[in-house]
Parts: sequence; structure tokens; C-alpha cells
Amino acid sequence: MASERRLRIKTLVMVLAMVVCANAGDLMLKRGMSRIGAVQLTAAGMGHAFRLTVTNGTIWTGIFFLTGFMVSYMTVLSWADYSYVMPAGAFGYALLTFLAVIFLHESVSSRRWVGVLLICVGVLLVGQTKPRTTEVAREALA
Amino acid sequence: MIRVVVALAVLVLGSTGGEIAITYGMKATGEPARLRPRALLQFLGKALCNGWFWAGVPLMALSFYALLVLLSWEPISLVIPASALSYVAGTLGAKYILGEQVSTARWAGVILVCAGVALVAAG
Repeated sequence: MASERRLRIKTLVMVLAMVVCANAGDLMLKRGMSRIGAVQLTAAGMGHAFRLTVTNGTIWTGIFFLTGFMVSYMTVLSWADYSYVMPAGAFGYALLTFLAVIFLHESVSSRRWVGVLLICVGVLLVGQTKPRTTEVAREALA
Repeated sequence: MIRVVVALAVLVLGSTGGEIAITYGMKATGEPARLRPRALLQFLGKALCNGWFWAGVPLMALSFYALLVLLSWEPISLVIPASALSYVAGTLGAKYILGEQVSTARWAGVILVCAGVALVAAG
């Protein structure tokens, strides 16, 4: 059915957007914060860190991506099942491992590879199921 | 030991409860007519006026607080794998609270993802 196929494709696109935005956002925050350095847990130290944070472009890029994550997450949940989106989003863990190996040349334990394999098989299994099993709000169809 | 179990329960139930409330709110909002900036902004405006969304946010904040507390007591290699239990709790919530149909294939996928995330997070 064409509408079924369309639903599946737009759900997959939004889940992919969620995963990419969440990972990119976390990466940018980590990069920005490590440039700022360890924050002193005193009033002066935290004020100083706050000023550095709000003037840091990398942090704002991270916030932009994390906002993108929240928007795509809210949007996909307006039509797709929570029990579909939640496990599918775990693909991000597998993706991060591949990226760490390819770009950062990190060594990955065999235990972690087994985990990545389980996630991929699990996401494929969930991906086979119907993205929506409940009724949507009437006005949305109007 | 008991305090760790309680904090873990707050972590798992808080994030699951929060996400279920947000899902409920988004389903009530209804999907955007198109995936274009204007329609998305209209959708977001409507979604942010939904009470369920705002019920979900403090629950997720509580869960995040429980995560910070747990991390101050226990090593990260224990805390993050244990929080993978959220996948099972979330699926139960989706089935019994949101009324989603969780087929055998979906359950099998969720269990594999849960085990996989626990292994990846444990390193």
C-alpha cells in the first residue's frame, strides 16, 4: 500500500534525523566544553564558565543539533508508535561505535562489538513491524 | 543497596513516564500536515500548548537528576547498562498505557536492543 510505504519512509527519515542530531549535538557539546576546561564548582567559577559557554560557537552548534533532535523526536511521535521509535533510536549507539572506529581509530572490545550486533539485529526486527498501530487524532487527517 | 535500587527505579520510571506523557501529548496534537518549516512551526506551537508535554518534562528532569545521583554512587559502567532497562519499561508502558500493539517480532527486537545497549555501554 502506498500510504503504508510513505509512513514507513517518513518514519525512518525522522528516526535517522533524531540519531544524527543527538550524536552531533553531544559531540559538539563535548568538544566545546573540553575547550572551556574543567568547571570550578564555586560561584565565581560557575559564572566564568557560564560566560565562556554562552559565547562559544561550538556549544551553540551543539544546542542547535539537540533542538533538532527534540523537534524530530516530537514530530515522529505524533504519528509513529513509541515502542517503534524508542528501540529504533538505539541505532545511534551502533553508529557511534562505527564512527569511533573509522574516524578516531579507537579500539573496540569484542564485548562491545557483540552489543553493536545485537542492536543492529534488534533494530532490524523492530523496523519490520508496522510503525503505527494506534489511531491518530482526527484533526490531523483533515 | 536499597538506595541504588530506588534511584534506578526513579531513573527508569521517570524517563519512561516522561516519554509516554510526551508521546500521548504528540498523538493528541496530531501530525503536521506537511514536513515543511511552516507546518512544523505550527505543529510545535500546538504541541507546546499541550499539558501532557509539560507533564512529561519534569518527569524527564527527575530521571536526569536520578542519573546524576546514581553516577555519584556507582561506576558509569554499571549505571548506563542498568538504565537500558528503560527499553523494556518503555515497551510495557507503550502496550498497557498507550495501547500500542507490540508484536512478538517487536518484543524480540526490544530485548535484543536492551541487551545490546547494556553491552555497548559496559564497554
